[in-house]
Amino acid sequence: MTPLVDPLLSGPIGLQEILVVVFKVVVAFAFLMVAVMFMVWFERKLIGDMQNRIGPNRAGPWGILQTLADGVKLFFKEDLLPDNADRFVFKLAPYLALIPAFLIFTVVPVGGNYSTGDGTVSLFGEETLLQVADPPVGVLFVLAMSSVAVYGVMLAGWSSGSKYPLLGSVRATAQMISYEAALSLSVLSVILLSGTLSTSGIVAEQSQWNWNLWLTGFIPFAIFLISGTAELNRPPFDLVEAEQELVGGFHTEYSAVRFALFFLAEFMNTVTMSAIIVTLFLGGPNGPMFGPEWLQSWVLPSLWFFLKLFVFLFVFVWFRATLPRFRYDQLMDMGWKLLIPAALGWFLILAGIQVASDNDDINLALVVIVGVAIFFAGMGLLMLAMRSSRRQRQLSGVTD
Amino acid sequence: MSVESVVFVIAGSICIVGALGTVLFRNPVHNALSLVATLFGVAVIFIAQDAHLLAAIQVIVYAGAIVVLFLFVIMLLGVDRTEKLGIDPLGGQRPLAVVAAVALLGLSLTVLLAVGSTVTGQEAATGDPGEGAENIAKLGEVLFTEYVLAFEVTAVLLTIAVVGAVMFSRQRKADLIDEEEFPGLEALLAETEDETEDDTEAESEGVEAT
Repeated sequence: MTPLVDPLLSGPIGLQEILVVVFKVVVAFAFLMVAVMFMVWFERKLIGDMQNRIGPNRAGPWGILQTLADGVKLFFKEDLLPDNADRFVFKLAPYLALIPAFLIFTVVPVGGNYSTGDGTVSLFGEETLLQVADPPVGVLFVLAMSSVAVYGVMLAGWSSGSKYPLLGSVRATAQMISYEAALSLSVLSVILLSGTLSTSGIVAEQSQWNWNLWLTGFIPFAIFLISGTAELNRPPFDLVEAEQELVGGFHTEYSAVRFALFFLAEFMNTVTMSAIIVTLFLGGPNGPMFGPEWLQSWVLPSLWFFLKLFVFLFVFVWFRATLPRFRYDQLMDMGWKLLIPAALGWFLILAGIQVASDNDDINLALVVIVGVAIFFAGMGLLMLAMRSSRRQRQLSGVTD
Repeated sequence: MSVESVVFVIAGSICIVGALGTVLFRNPVHNALSLVATLFGVAVIFIAQDAHLLAAIQVIVYAGAIVVLFLFVIMLLGVDRTEKLGIDPLGGQRPLAVVAAVALLGLSLTVLLAVGSTVTGQEAATGDPGEGAENIAKLGEVLFTEYVLAFEVTAVLLTIAVVGAVMFSRQRKADLIDEEEFPGLEALLAETEDETEDDTEAESEGVEAT
């Protein structure tokens, strides 16, 4: 009977291991749900503040139960199924949007002392990492799931059998595919410096304040943040559901629980994307360590992680409150003509620096200076070329 | 029954059901979705064989990019149009396909029933693939040392293909349009151009479309 409960084929597995896995899954799921509820409230409240309004203030203290009230309302609303809809795909799409959002979170280390320990904590007498799964291809898993998330949006728009959702989903797909390239290329820089694909390995590499944020020289971080926002379809890149043009975008025809699932997926994606940024660039749960052992292994790392996570949640809301929406051609111009070349060029320079630092005969400082100079010269030339091509287009009658 | 067999049976049936769906469904979007199911099944089998990198790449490249592009094209062209299956664009390919299918099936069955589960009985020539991260490191090392020429040639080939596609799609009025910005707009423009220039052609196109 033992082999049947052996998910890793690594010999007999007892009750402890199963308990650990079940515990981690339940905690991660519960945390994500609470975080999404908090995020919805936080966004509405903060945007209210930024726009000089009050925001939700009726349900519970400071309106904190507003999300719960909205959720309950959505559950009891009528569930509509359009006549023209492709019934099976229409019902499937919300789940395709939601499940990848949750799965990405499973590879994020949310705690564990990596600075003075090896990141493991003791749970039910088992030494384990504070993440649901630690596959050797953790970062690739994140990229895979974010590319699978496109299906939810795409199929929702198509299966609705109506024109605005279809237009919205075509836009969304083009946007998400384009920005995924920039996203992956900026992650490459992190992988190059860390020398590992596993998320726990990347966090362990950043344990002595050598965070990838400054190790990779800020540019991959900026590219990741911008293309991450575009990947989430959040403002200023929310052309997918541009109300003035597309009614509600890909989820125009959705109502009640299925709409709630899309809503949930969107905010869950925001939380997981913030968690991924923290993991890749800001050292995950790493931070100053002090105090007794239990404080160091259980409390402080998770505290640092959630503080950093909170900063990015705030940043995403801040983006929404301050930046006007991009035009579609501007969005594609930025993705293909600025972010992708910049990410590729910076990756080449980092590779050069890596080679120089491995080799004692090469002057490292010279390589860094020359590399950065070439990078900026190249980007300048690219900008110049783009400007002249734009002028040519304007001259030939097409205004830009 | 070991866990490996359980995983194999489940993933294998997903693969087969998906493959059948890819061939048998009437709606092209359903075909594409069945193909995704097959690709995921194969990815699971890869993971069961400890080939994590292959599984990840399978999902990123095939499920995440290629089938998404398939769906994109299907959506832009419109799925309401049905192809006329009566006309065979390449003469005699159907009987040939049947012959090839029967021959391959016969060959596979002969090997499975007569020879056994292995064909040559040889061990893998490349040695121990290693587990987890070790496997990825080994793959990378081989790819960038022993097979670096093949790797570079493939890269050049893909670049040429991209440049060629861009060259083909940039013609006349289309010169002013960025294909990445407005995919499919060129085809639309070409259609309207035809309508204004050549009425008879536009009419015949309209008949075909309906």
